Amino acid sequence: MKKSTLLGLLALVIRRDLVLAMRRRADVLTTLIFFVMVVSLFPLGVGPEMDMLRKMAAGVLWVAALLSSMLSLGRLFSADYLDGTLEQMMLAPQSLSMLVFGKMAAHWMVSGLPLVLMAPVLGLQFDMSAQALGVLVIGLLLGTPVLSMIGAIGAALTLGLRGGGVLLSLLVLPLCIPVLIFGTGAVEAVSTGLSAVSHLSLLGALLVLSLVSTPWVTAQALRISME
Amino acid sequence: MLEISNLACSRGDHRLFSGLSFALHPGQIMQVQGANGSGKTSLLRTLCGFLMPDEGTISWCGRDTRDLDEDYYAEVLYLGHLNAIKDELSALENLRISAGLAGIELDEKEALAALRRMGLRGREKLPTKVLSQGQRRRVALARLLVSDARLWILDEPLTALDVGAVALIQELVAGHLARQGMVIFTTHQPLQVAEVEMRSLSLS
Repeated sequence: MKKSTLLGLLALVIRRDLVLAMRRRADVLTTLIFFVMVVSLFPLGVGPEMDMLRKMAAGVLWVAALLSSMLSLGRLFSADYLDGTLEQMMLAPQSLSMLVFGKMAAHWMVSGLPLVLMAPVLGLQFDMSAQALGVLVIGLLLGTPVLSMIGAIGAALTLGLRGGGVLLSLLVLPLCIPVLIFGTGAVEAVSTGLSAVSHLSLLGALLVLSLVSTPWVTAQALRISME
Repeated sequence: MLEISNLACSRGDHRLFSGLSFALHPGQIMQVQGANGSGKTSLLRTLCGFLMPDEGTISWCGRDTRDLDEDYYAEVLYLGHLNAIKDELSALENLRISAGLAGIELDEKEALAALRRMGLRGREKLPTKVLSQGQRRRVALARLLVSDARLWILDEPLTALDVGAVALIQELVAGHLARQGMVIFTTHQPLQVAEVEMRSLSLS
């Protein structure tokens, strides 16, 4: 028997959540399929006017990513809450924030990363240029972890509430607006021939800010919800 | 050792208990008794830090548990009404993960040995959703075998267990007390531990 280290515990939580996600594959696929569906409906609904589609591409992809990341948030802590694993996590001899960070990371790998990988394929439907696609992917890569992390705070606060799903979206969506603005702004900037660096830097700053603050805030919210 | 002084706890507007004081020394075992709804589980959950007491302090080796935080949690093993096992994972995976969360890295051999001692031979690698209620409880109880926590907080550990398993739990508790561990528990079934004085605390 060995004592586990902080990083060992982090790896354990991430690996556990990934294994669980693989055994409940339907949950993972719904997020991705929802994203693909919503984005694909726009060219069908709006009609094949390339100019219009190109203009709205970034907005549609980002809003769809935002909405589909909401779908899986409700499950982030609720399963662990219902079967008592969350109690055991709170009694872990390491900081709860670190465990929460592990859960956030696993959540992003399962529900954020597939969106990032799928986005360039969907962007082609909107006739986006290669450069715009590149910026879109970088933006999503920086932005989707922020969505998972802010969402985790909402998920922790609404834990155990009836009808928590809708409340969760109402809580989290307004907080995600900056990510949406800078994410679409970056693509807009490149399409009009400007540099996307400033927008992407701001997204990066949001990511760093979330990395530092959200695990702790979520851990506190979980302790409140456990009462 | 665990010292409780002047503890008060309420759920909603209802005061469950107040002015509760006791100390638990190494090698001692205490049974919390009381009718349904008298606050047994709330007391145990307060000891774990899940609930904030209205008044009073809980100290471990002379220091407030709220200041100790993770250092205290490392000394505690809590087994609640919920088993904390995942249906999708096998008994083996469940045990290794819950031990990992408690800060102990188990290799496969150690985990298998613990599960076999709990009477789960041949079922170690089945998903726990195909196990019976009692077998799932055994998977959760296997944590007692691999834990190095000094304070065991057991909430109704004997539910869903058969006679053989109850005897095994009694043996484990006796072993833990002999190693200068501490146990505080609730149960509605009799739990006999040989050669140890059973202290009891009544909540009314």
